[in-house]
Amino acid sequence: MIVTEFARNQWYVAAYGHEVGRRQLGRTILNEPILLYRTEDGRAVAMADRCVHRRFPLSESPSHLVGDRVVCGYHGFTYGPDGVCVAVPAQQRIPRTARLRTFPVVEQDSFVWVWIGDREPGDVLPPRAPWLVSPDYATVCGMEPLNARYGLLVDNLLDLSHETYLHGGYIGTPEVAETPITTEVDEDAGVVYVSRHMDDAACPPFYAESTGIKGRITRWQDIEYHPPCLYLLHSRIAPVGSPPPADDGTDSHAFHVEVVYAITPSTENSTYDFWAVARDFALDDEKVSDFLRDSNRTVVLQDVTALNTLEQVIAAEPDRYQELSVNIDTGGLAARRLLARMAGSAPAQTAVR
Amino acid sequence: MNARDSGARAGRTVYRIRWLPGTDRLHASCFCGAEREFEDPVVLWDWLLGHPEGHLPGPAAAQDSPAPAAALV
Ligand code: FES
Ligand SMILES: [Fe+2]
Ligand SMILES: [Zn+2]
Repeated sequence: MIVTEFARNQWYVAAYGHEVGRRQLGRTILNEPILLYRTEDGRAVAMADRCVHRRFPLSESPSHLVGDRVVCGYHGFTYGPDGVCVAVPAQQRIPRTARLRTFPVVEQDSFVWVWIGDREPGDVLPPRAPWLVSPDYATVCGMEPLNARYGLLVDNLLDLSHETYLHGGYIGTPEVAETPITTEVDEDAGVVYVSRHMDDAACPPFYAESTGIKGRITRWQDIEYHPPCLYLLHSRIAPVGSPPPADDGTDSHAFHVEVVYAITPSTENSTYDFWAVARDFALDDEKVSDFLRDSNRTVVLQDVTALNTLEQVIAAEPDRYQELSVNIDTGGLAARRLLARMAGSAPAQTAVR
Repeated sequence: MNARDSGARAGRTVYRIRWLPGTDRLHASCFCGAEREFEDPVVLWDWLLGHPEGHLPGPAAAQDSPAPAAALV
């Protein structure tokens, strides 16, 4: 079954760093309304987005920032970046319980990560996506709200054979669905790997127009999923007949695209679909950036439309609806199992189904 | 970086599944060395995660569990 429970005590991407500034931003993550903003010295902070007084959202106008403090737009309760209430209208005494819950924040690889849970993160850090801020890559990115449970997006991304059908004319070609995959699960690290190496494939417009390759390509898709939130697709594109990567890892004959998704559950049936595309070629070519941004957004919206429909369908079906899993689902089944374990729900043996 | 670095993860709790080219069969290897071939990924995962039950180190025995090919989920 698709995992619907949330994995708590984990890092989740709440926003891109560029979305968090001197204006409040409200996001709901694992059903927690969260207020994000930046202090005057540039630090991103996250706290409960409900005033303790009458629960007015601090991210909503006319709530506003004054220096590092946020002033509630309803009756003026004022809070510091540590969530502590520092002013209550017309009275001296500030009730001791007047404080907002705060959330640990890590800003890394262009993302603002927020820890959702009852424990502290300790020395657990979010997984990395270094290409998104590397000077050797050019990155385009976006976020699309999805009206579907996050498990549907996990299923979608772990099985790229759907590219052939849902994204034909953009990133799909017949070879994607035709080529067998290998799957690997590292239990200790909690990572799922799914690889599909196409030796001789048509070049879809997404790569033909961005790289300038005219003929057929070798196309490698190496997925690395770090549940619950971070999904990496290492995409390697080269004209057929180009030399493979050297033993030291250098690979100057190929084009590399790092496609990164952050899958952040908002509510039981809505999800933030963060996407980014980083390339190691045509770094200064704005036309390539515009093309990849438009194309990838189109592709993401094709998924969003399909998954929104699927959510309606399965939400209307009884609890134990039936599915049928086949070979292409091997990686998705592994991801479901790791998620179920992290969410502390079903035992591994049944969760894999 | 794109080459699969399986060696680096040797000795860890790693499960590997290879879809045998030109067939519909999946070849599963457990971290303990046991191997087996399957036609259904659900049955395959049941076997892998059932470690150590029925995990004898050695070459893949081509046999599925007597579960229906289309398992209910
Ligand atoms: S609801 Fe915020 S001050 Fe009253
Ligand atoms: Fe897709
Ligand atoms: Zn075993």
